[in-house]
Amino acid sequence: MSDTFFTASPHWTWFIIPYFFVGGIAGGAFFLAALLQWFGRPEDRPVIRTGYGIAFWGAVLSGILLTFDLGRPFRFWHMLIQSENFPHLMFKSWSPISFGSWAILLFAACAFVSWYMSQEATVLAKLVAAVGGLLGFFVAGYTGVLLSVTNRPIWADSPWLGALFLASGASTGAAALVLFSRSRGAAETSLRWLSSVDTQALVIELILLVLFVVSLGSVAKVWVSFWGLLLLVGVVWTGILWPLLLHFKPAGAGTGFRNPALMVLLGGFLLRVTVLLASNSIAVHHVAAGGN
Amino acid sequence: MVTITRNRPAAAATEAMGFFTDTTICIGCKACEVACKSWNQLPATHGGVTEMSGDSYDNTRKLDGLHWRHVKFIEQFDGPYNGRWLMMSDVCKHCVQAGCLEVCPTGAIIRTEFDTVVIQSDVCNGCRACIAACPFGVIDMNPAAGTAQKCTLCYDRMQVGLEPACAKACPTDSIQFGPISELRERANKRLTQLQSQGEKRARLYGDDPNGPLGGLNSFYLLVDEPEVYGLPKEPKLPSRNLKRAGAFSAATGAVLGLLALVGLRKNRMDSMPRGN
Repeated sequence: MSDTFFTASPHWTWFIIPYFFVGGIAGGAFFLAALLQWFGRPEDRPVIRTGYGIAFWGAVLSGILLTFDLGRPFRFWHMLIQSENFPHLMFKSWSPISFGSWAILLFAACAFVSWYMSQEATVLAKLVAAVGGLLGFFVAGYTGVLLSVTNRPIWADSPWLGALFLASGASTGAAALVLFSRSRGAAETSLRWLSSVDTQALVIELILLVLFVVSLGSVAKVWVSFWGLLLLVGVVWTGILWPLLLHFKPAGAGTGFRNPALMVLLGGFLLRVTVLLASNSIAVHHVAAGGN
Repeated sequence: MVTITRNRPAAAATEAMGFFTDTTICIGCKACEVACKSWNQLPATHGGVTEMSGDSYDNTRKLDGLHWRHVKFIEQFDGPYNGRWLMMSDVCKHCVQAGCLEVCPTGAIIRTEFDTVVIQSDVCNGCRACIAACPFGVIDMNPAAGTAQKCTLCYDRMQVGLEPACAKACPTDSIQFGPISELRERANKRLTQLQSQGEKRARLYGDDPNGPLGGLNSFYLLVDEPEVYGLPKEPKLPSRNLKRAGAFSAATGAVLGLLALVGLRKNRMDSMPRGN
């Protein structure tokens, strides 16, 4: 039995799940918008502006969700400043939740500046976009690394969660951009590129998902449960394979279940639901009543 | 001033102190649980109404934010006349390399001058990273305080030269308190005694300073496999996964970025008007 089965659940549930989802979208959308700002053309401007908008509001929502999840929300600043040693900064390079707090703050700042300057093509605007783009991918991926740097079942039994969440951030970010930028005058060429990015990210996500499950070893048996079914039907089929099929048959794309972007977003959300709740549902190893 | 260091900060001002728990002489009276709750003024659960576990004589069930001591009843029965009770008073292990202290993003978890690990409730913001990081499932939220809490090894009592409340209350000396070096000597003598009497399953858990987590400042004498007592065989630090997980994520980010760039170039070429 894995040593991770002797630990207690941190009860990271209905504030953290949407945060992981929204943070992934915000990070992915900013990264793609930044790529377009650096290497795109003038007709990509509506997608760039939409990307920075999604990133900024996503970062704001992330901060709100994280703060409300705390047992003492008014002490949220203890993550950034040493409360006992004011005004010294609080930073641990070896603790994902510590360096992640700084990453979200800086990412939100970059997203705001880039959104504000999205009509400009100055060197400063491009520099902020570059830093924010890297931070965006960082924010999308560190949430998975944070889970791996624990002692909980599933999360700490695999080093692939960060990579998986990052790929999911890229696919959901691209999907959100397709959904929101179409009505804001996005050019067909921009949308076509976003669709190709989404396809690539979904293929990589599928490979990483397989690596993640295989790397769990004997712990993988926890998926023989409701959560395994949700992973298979909700994430693999609805969120990855079905949108891939729709991408390859663009004539078949439409609204609702026939809209690949919507399905990718649903799959991205269910990925976080499954990974977090499957581990949270495993209680401390039961020793009493001969249950050893 | 609190120094933010990874683990084992400045050398302890005094000798490392801790617990040696000899589970073979625990009688399951739960005096330690009561003394702990009483001294630390931990509130009752369910408004003081006892909730029966239904499948064990142990109704506390686990360590959490309101129960910093818990006497485990391991009821190994195969029929009404064939079996045994193993009893173990469980508590925070005050690990020499502590996972909770490592991940705490607020600096609320500190190592004291006695080499024990304490959560400062006025600094903790209840993010619960320490709960997921503890390899023993010791820490949990105290709903009244809104912060994570666990055994402090009675830091307040130790500062005035008193022994922790649980050790003081233990009627059989199953819980022994003192300098770790002295406790290790005592534990080894007891182990030799038990083994010479034929109890070959007897073993020490967490006494080895070269073992997992650099040893535990609350270690145990057991008479079965650690898993039987709900203890992990090889407890580990959460940071063991940091480098690999970070490297895999960075590599994935690089691949995705590169593919997106190649796609952008292809997209641009495709949309260019074809020359003659």
